[in-house]
Amino acid sequence: MSDTTQSAPGPLSRLLASDIFYRFRRDPVAIVSATIVLLFVLAAALAPLIAPQNPYDLTQLDIMDSEVPPFWQEQGDPRFLLGSDHQGRDMLSTILYGTGLSLIIGVFAVLLQAFLGVSIGLIAGYNGGRIDAFFMRLADIQLSLSTLMIAIIALAVFQAAFGSELYQDLAIIMLILVIGIAEWPQYARTVRASVLAERSKEYVDAARVIGLPRSRIMIRHILPNTLSPVLVISTVQVAEAIIAEASLSFLGLGMPVTQPSLGSLIRSGFEYIFSGSWWITIIPSIVLVVLILALNLLGDWLRDALNPRLYSRR
Amino acid sequence: MALLEIEDLEVEFPNRHGTLTALRGINFTLDESERLGIVGESGAGKSMAAFAILNLISEPGRISKGRIVFEGRDLAKLDEEEIRAIRGDRISMIFQDPMMTLNPVLTVGVQMIETLKAHRDISDEDARKLALARLREVQIPSPEARLDAYPHELSGGLRQRVVIAIALLSDPAIIIADEPTTALDVTIQAEVLALLLALCRDHATALILITHDLAVVSQITERIIVMYAGSIVEAGATRQIIDTPQHPYTIGLIAALPEQNAPGQPLNQIRGSMPSLNNIPPGCAFAPRCDYATDICHRIVPNLTTAHGQSVACHHAGQLQPQESVRDTERAVS
Amino acid sequence: MKAADFISFLLRRGVQALVVMFVISLIGFSIQGNLGDPLRELVGQSVSEAERNALRDRMGLNDPFFVQYSRFLGNAVQGDLGNSYFFKRPALDVILDKFPATFELVLAATLIIIGLSVPLGIYTAINPHSWITSIVMAVSIVGISIPVFLTAIFAIYIFSVQLGWMPSFGRGDTVELPWGWDSGFLTLDGLHHLILPSIALSSIMLPLFIRLIRGEMMEVLQSEYVRFAWAKGLSKRRIWYVHALKNTLIPVISLGGVKIGTLIAYTILTETVFQWPGMGFLFLEAVNRVDTPLIIAYIIVVGLIFVVTNTLVDLIYTLVNPTVKMVGSGS
Repeated sequence: MSDTTQSAPGPLSRLLASDIFYRFRRDPVAIVSATIVLLFVLAAALAPLIAPQNPYDLTQLDIMDSEVPPFWQEQGDPRFLLGSDHQGRDMLSTILYGTGLSLIIGVFAVLLQAFLGVSIGLIAGYNGGRIDAFFMRLADIQLSLSTLMIAIIALAVFQAAFGSELYQDLAIIMLILVIGIAEWPQYARTVRASVLAERSKEYVDAARVIGLPRSRIMIRHILPNTLSPVLVISTVQVAEAIIAEASLSFLGLGMPVTQPSLGSLIRSGFEYIFSGSWWITIIPSIVLVVLILALNLLGDWLRDALNPRLYSRR
Repeated sequence: MALLEIEDLEVEFPNRHGTLTALRGINFTLDESERLGIVGESGAGKSMAAFAILNLISEPGRISKGRIVFEGRDLAKLDEEEIRAIRGDRISMIFQDPMMTLNPVLTVGVQMIETLKAHRDISDEDARKLALARLREVQIPSPEARLDAYPHELSGGLRQRVVIAIALLSDPAIIIADEPTTALDVTIQAEVLALLLALCRDHATALILITHDLAVVSQITERIIVMYAGSIVEAGATRQIIDTPQHPYTIGLIAALPEQNAPGQPLNQIRGSMPSLNNIPPGCAFAPRCDYATDICHRIVPNLTTAHGQSVACHHAGQLQPQESVRDTERAVS
Repeated sequence: MKAADFISFLLRRGVQALVVMFVISLIGFSIQGNLGDPLRELVGQSVSEAERNALRDRMGLNDPFFVQYSRFLGNAVQGDLGNSYFFKRPALDVILDKFPATFELVLAATLIIIGLSVPLGIYTAINPHSWITSIVMAVSIVGISIPVFLTAIFAIYIFSVQLGWMPSFGRGDTVELPWGWDSGFLTLDGLHHLILPSIALSSIMLPLFIRLIRGEMMEVLQSEYVRFAWAKGLSKRRIWYVHALKNTLIPVISLGGVKIGTLIAYTILTETVFQWPGMGFLFLEAVNRVDTPLIIAYIIVVGLIFVVTNTLVDLIYTLVNPTVKMVGSGS
């Protein structure tokens, strides 16, 4: 009853110092999912060092090694722990590199979303009035058009316009841009809600009374107080961005087969499940699901633990 | 025999760190058509006591001890269906905020008729007629139109009248009103209170009025119970309590009334604030805020003792200001 | 007053729909102008520059932007979006031929989503401590974490490749209805083919809506008016299924409207995996063939579907939510 008022979200520092860490240590789901995410990040970052093969280097490939099953199956080959694909690429290596690409695209797209969304949310929430109405209406329309739909159409048009050769070189940047721009409303709404709550508080009035400029009030005073909800949705947003990237790559609108993310790996292996080489598709699929699941569980836990004012419902 | 008899009621909330006792040792009775006030700060447990009567405490809270005897039955021991039959029929409630009490997506009529139908076999037509009659009784203008209106189409004052009409629908033996006027505009408060008083008199309905406002209680009720931190600290006839309060907390509450203070003077407030329920000090819960507290107050919980029909839970009861007038006690407290 | 409200609602919706369609038509038009050279498609390489320019003039390709755009718009309004390069038929006809396949897939998925999310959402909200709730919630977080195309792939791998119970592609036998609608609902084979794709299509939305309905319902169950309903002595059923459910479904309906765009996007993924002969599958083929008129036609048809369904959802929302009611009774 009485302790609900005490757990109101505060600045980032208070949040990290408080009992969050204590609660984290007591929750096995949180520990396991955080560990998995950390392992994924490490494995992807160290891919050039630990991967048995460089899947981008065509000279290392041998077509004779194609479609080798994983080591636990009868025709398995210890050189290819998780088997190889139809080009003779080592699955483990492509998965390590592909996870890296998926994570990079996911994280950078979310950074872009957060930058756009936080800026717009601050401006809309602090100024109110027409600016606010305009951006929120835009956010509504954009959300209802759906990120994936916008991304599919935008990328399809780009691909058709540039031709697939040029497009392949630009794919990673295009994916980050498209997913980043399409999802800003999530952040904008969340930040705007916190700004509206903060704006009416005394310290903001005080800052205004002593004549601090607007931008300074927004950045130094209001922004820090909006960070905890931003942190909470970020984990889930990264998961969403990775799903979006994988979906686009699966459709052939994302990363090319020569430089595969998890999505394009799954795409290139899909036809082989009918001929028995299930591992080319199923193993990267499972890796992708585990990564997203871990991120989602972590996001759920963070939301329950911090319980900030979240405006958006997913 | 009293209409309602509450004996040694205790309510617990299990939580992560153990069990929190929200109410302890609650004893009181209510006679037929009697009007009783329960007074205290917010968080003192007065609403909890009211909700406990109808077994409406929200999870995970539960009645852990005591009896609630109404018309010969212990309400705390009834099963779900038996207590449901009493709620809204023999004992009904009025909630604090009429803006939140009525369901926004159902018309006033639906919300009235469903209450009747939950308790008796009645045709839609008869239920509608009865609902109309009650709306007239609470002096709602053009009641036929209101019956088909949604709550948001009515003002706060009108909505509270609708809530009162619903409480009155099946002529209950007891109405429990939990801060019925707190959320209303000051101008409407007096109107609604007067209406409630008149209706209870007309129908010979007993009333339990829960409020933090001693002034309201003194106008309407015949007896008063003062609660502090989950326990009863003082109980007695309204006049008696107002004129000769015995417990330092009650004395402080009365001294804090605006009409007890000269214009331009600061209000006499009790210093400090009520402890939260998971942090109740040993001994008398009021001791840390009490000007008269002595060593024993900090060690031993005082029992509720009765003299001349007035019960007080204070180690120094009767010794504080034997025959002093309220005026004097005020000075002593401030 | 009330009727005026209704008219203003329609007007507001209409203006909004026009703005969305205007933006979509601009996108369509700019694609037409920039994707490929329409002349090459018509005349090949061997035509001289002068002849080309003459042809350009005749086709109006040298006209000012505004003239070209209004011509495009005029044609579009009459249903003329050009001929598909690949099919050599009006693009709109090609798209609309595939509409029934997509529509039936979406309908089946929607039925699954509504039919399961409402009862499961309610159950998990009113029995928060039941073991069934724990299972439903655990499965739903896994469900949300599997992208639609992966659910489709896993389904094919398990039920088609391994077990051989289900067909892995296509619609199976269809029956042509009198008004030219190809339905898979009327044959056993068609229904059999529909099972995996419709489950895959609903696989993210279903857990999403279960979680949403549960969350809303739990919040509503904590509200004062539900407490008051208990105090009135109403039965559990009445409180859950009338008082709480009505208030739960209102925000759910509006979210349903927001998710229509996502569902259409998911049809592209599902249709691709199952080679379902619908509009989404056709669209991807068109993208790969740079079949510009077909791409434009798809975008415009999807835009229209989007606008129409959103307006319908808004209308339903206003009808069930009395606090925004504009044709209500009372004064």
